[in-house]
Amino acid sequence: MKTIKIEKESWVQGLEKLQDRYRLFGPMADKDSYEFKELNSGDTPVLEHGKQGNTRLSVKSVIYPQSQTMFTYTLDESKDDHHIMKEVELNGKPRAVFGVRPCDAASFRLVQRNFDTPEYKDPFWINPYEETTFVGIACDEPSKTCFCTSVGCGPYNEEGLDLLLVNESKDGNDFFARILTKKGDDLATAAGWLTNANADVDAAADVDFESRKRDAEKKITAKVSIDQLKEKKTTDLFSADFWDQVGFSCLNCGTCTYSCPTCWCFDIQDEVKGCQGKRMRNWDSCMYTLFTLEGSGHNPRSNKVQRVRQRFMHKLKYYVDKYDAGVQCVGCGRCIQLCPVNIDIREVCETMNTYTPAGEEA
Amino acid sequence: MLEYTDKIRALSSQLLKEEKVDMVIGFRKGRRPMSNEPYMAKHPDEVKNLVWDSNCGINLTTYLTDRKEKIAVVAKGCDSRNITTHIIENKIKRDQLVILGVPCTGMIDRRKINNIVDFEINDVVEQGDTIVVKGETTETSFVKERALQKNCLVCTHRNPVLYDELIAPKVPELTDVDRYEDVRRVETMSINDKWHHFEALLSNCIRCYACRNACPLCYCPTCFVDESRPQWVGKGDDPVDTKTFHFLRAYHCAGRCTDCGSCERACPMGINMREFTTKLEKDCQELFGWQAGLSLEERPPLDSFNSKDPDAFVK
Ligand code: SF4
Ligand code: SF4
Ligand code: SF4
Ligand code: SF4
Repeated sequence: MKTIKIEKESWVQGLEKLQDRYRLFGPMADKDSYEFKELNSGDTPVLEHGKQGNTRLSVKSVIYPQSQTMFTYTLDESKDDHHIMKEVELNGKPRAVFGVRPCDAASFRLVQRNFDTPEYKDPFWINPYEETTFVGIACDEPSKTCFCTSVGCGPYNEEGLDLLLVNESKDGNDFFARILTKKGDDLATAAGWLTNANADVDAAADVDFESRKRDAEKKITAKVSIDQLKEKKTTDLFSADFWDQVGFSCLNCGTCTYSCPTCWCFDIQDEVKGCQGKRMRNWDSCMYTLFTLEGSGHNPRSNKVQRVRQRFMHKLKYYVDKYDAGVQCVGCGRCIQLCPVNIDIREVCETMNTYTPAGEEA
Repeated sequence: MLEYTDKIRALSSQLLKEEKVDMVIGFRKGRRPMSNEPYMAKHPDEVKNLVWDSNCGINLTTYLTDRKEKIAVVAKGCDSRNITTHIIENKIKRDQLVILGVPCTGMIDRRKINNIVDFEINDVVEQGDTIVVKGETTETSFVKERALQKNCLVCTHRNPVLYDELIAPKVPELTDVDRYEDVRRVETMSINDKWHHFEALLSNCIRCYACRNACPLCYCPTCFVDESRPQWVGKGDDPVDTKTFHFLRAYHCAGRCTDCGSCERACPMGINMREFTTKLEKDCQELFGWQAGLSLEERPPLDSFNSKDPDAFVK
């Protein structure tokens, strides 16, 4: 693992150089917040958002857009290939995403368990994921809503990243960068960040990394316990009496799902205009009525309390049991920040983790 | 605001103890600053969780739709007007409700506050007309007016119009406000400019439909955007579909919207979709002299026939 220093000027020049080889993405201002966008030549991604902490929506859309055409077809019977689905060619150029927070980076590893399994391979997710280089930025100023350290992640976590940037100082323009993988090394080389002048900065930077990491972790005061979830009986949690109160205020608005880096559900739709059709997939949410509506008209999750329960049971129990790899949450806190009625996954998690069915108290 | 909370708790406790209602719907204190959570108290010992302050901006009428129980509901001016509309539209019966009316002096706009201060907010407290915003190491304060939601700044019905108990003396109504300044600005634009304006307004809409779900008027069992036979609107990210959703939803709210601001408050992206509903409110005012939710006796203009209605648009 190499640590280098990237000076402001060389950062901007490097981004420009990368434009030829990569499609670049990074956080850009969008109205009163920041969102991941494709960068045009001349754009410099904004890596620090002050009191806003992370981008408003997660980075997932870079790999897994809200709406994506998978196939196209024609209904025009005079054409030889009518009614035949044609897979949409993905833009082959590799991507590089800048300013990925460690929680967001970890989220890709987590959703990979869904899109990339021994039995099923989803090319629309796997291909872009594999060709993307992830450039992270460590969090020196975590938000009040962050709880990554409780769910196996952390403000300096390197999982899922190819390169981790650390701001030299609070107001400084320069970065230290840890090169974590070959992809990261290739990108740094292509950007010209590995020239003699700034390569192999003293190990002092490394020491700094460790103490800064500890400082950052200390700033995360929100703690959530997840240790008992696995032991709980699924049926006990499912039929617990607290769901009525947890679900009462929920508007089933799906904001939590859409903003969450680890929510992966989608819905497939055909849209036809004239004779031209496309089959696309759109993000979906277990909070929506249509999510489980069956062709017969029957809906096994017909009320909102059942839908709220599904969201939390999936993230904090079914996923835990199925993969034995912790919870389906990286602690980014977006759902907490954006929920219009203040439903807080940390509180629900605590309730689930400490739940004992009535009559079983010691 | 402590007196408000005490009174709400006392009344709620009494109603539950005497079994006059099955539940009280109000707010409990939120875990995050500036966002209280809608809450139902079913037992007298849960009443202690009920609170009132200027962070109760979500319209509680949404939580009444099609409920069968006897319910006491805490209602500020706009909520009471939406409850009236709900009763007219048979979404709840008057005799199921005990309305605890709250004279309101406006709700805090958390987005506005977040944008004004340059630190992460730990807590926001109200001291009379002053709002104190506290961070980890610093604090600052505003007069409440600077912190209010846009709809509250121009609200002319702060006192509940329909209630069984009033939890505090009535507050003075605002009289010299211009409700339609924003609307007029758009009305005077050229067609092209209007289009661009709406395009920019909705550019970051993610179509989560939080605005619709937070709105007490949007109670259709299947919203037109969710219909599949026929499918009225595409489900992808085409901006035309997004506009179709917003324009049609606004029309469905015409003559019914009370400008409670729940839609805008709920939007994760900070979109002011109230521009559409306020325009239709203005039209209803000008064409029919109508304001929504003021009386149980009159039906909204768009669902009733009156030979005196202006008909310039069909001529
Ligand atoms: S964001 Fe909040 S109100 Fe909306 S669906 Fe999620 S939990 Fe429910
Ligand atoms: S559940 Fe909430 S906190 Fe966890 S990853 Fe999703 S948005 Fe972030
Ligand atoms: S709540 Fe906001 S983002 Fe969601 S559909 Fe409405 S306007 Fe769009
Ligand atoms: S459209 Fe918005 S302002 Fe009007 S009643 Fe519905 S939520 Fe309230």
